[in-house]
Amino acid sequence: MKNSLLFDFTVDKSTNTVFVKREFDADQSSVWDAFTKQDILDQWWAPKPWTSKTRHMDFEPGGRRVYAMCGPAGEEFWSVQEYTAISPIENFKQISLFADKDENVNKDMPGSEWNLDFSEADGVTTVSISIKHKTLATLEQMLKMGFKEGFTMTLNYLDQLLTNLKK
Amino acid sequence: MRRDIYQAIADPTRRVLLALLTLGAMTPDAIAGHFGSVRQGVSKYLQMLADCGAVDQAQRGREIYYHLNLDKKNEPDHWLEQFRKIWESRFNQLDEVLLTIKKNKL
Repeated sequence: MKNSLLFDFTVDKSTNTVFVKREFDADQSSVWDAFTKQDILDQWWAPKPWTSKTRHMDFEPGGRRVYAMCGPAGEEFWSVQEYTAISPIENFKQISLFADKDENVNKDMPGSEWNLDFSEADGVTTVSISIKHKTLATLEQMLKMGFKEGFTMTLNYLDQLLTNLKK
Repeated sequence: MRRDIYQAIADPTRRVLLALLTLGAMTPDAIAGHFGSVRQGVSKYLQMLADCGAVDQAQRGREIYYHLNLDKKNEPDHWLEQFRKIWESRFNQLDEVLLTIKKNKL
């Protein structure tokens, strides 16, 4: 079942934008909740072994979510998401900013503009996300940070692989 | 054979080596220690990773240290695949969460 669900990931360097599209085998209302409710978001937002820790979340226009991506070695990367527009259960927009643990936004890293569209057909919900960066440089910066997270995911399997290699 | 980041991560042993190097720069001996393997075998993998531009080496005293090369090329393409995997993994987790929600509703 999982294999038949669409997953599309593209980057348009001319507009510094990342596009992510995914289908889910669930109704639109459940998927909307999973993206907009703090306790559900924290269950899946961070790729294991990272965890997502939301300090507070005020899901309304002008409100914000303050959260950290916590790594297995105790690292914490704090971000602030500011909600700029919400049309339940079809669309919301946010600006995502890097911050420190005291919620001071990193001024050297311009925020990215996110647009999330939700639609349902035949019980399958499609989520289309676009993440627009101010400059190609900030897009690259984000990709590099993502790369490190991605590799720590791999670390999860390190012990197991090392054990196998020793045999 | 291609020599790029995709080639570098195509092999499980090379992926483990790269993952190990995310912890910091290491000498071939230290890496061999982690693998319970001989230095010679590790050097072969490190050479391949260096050819792919994934790692760099630096001489410190008599030792050569290998470290991850994240900045050599200014193209984001090299790191895209990893970024894609984050979203993939994130969404696979969401599938599980949604399944649980569905079960609880029944």
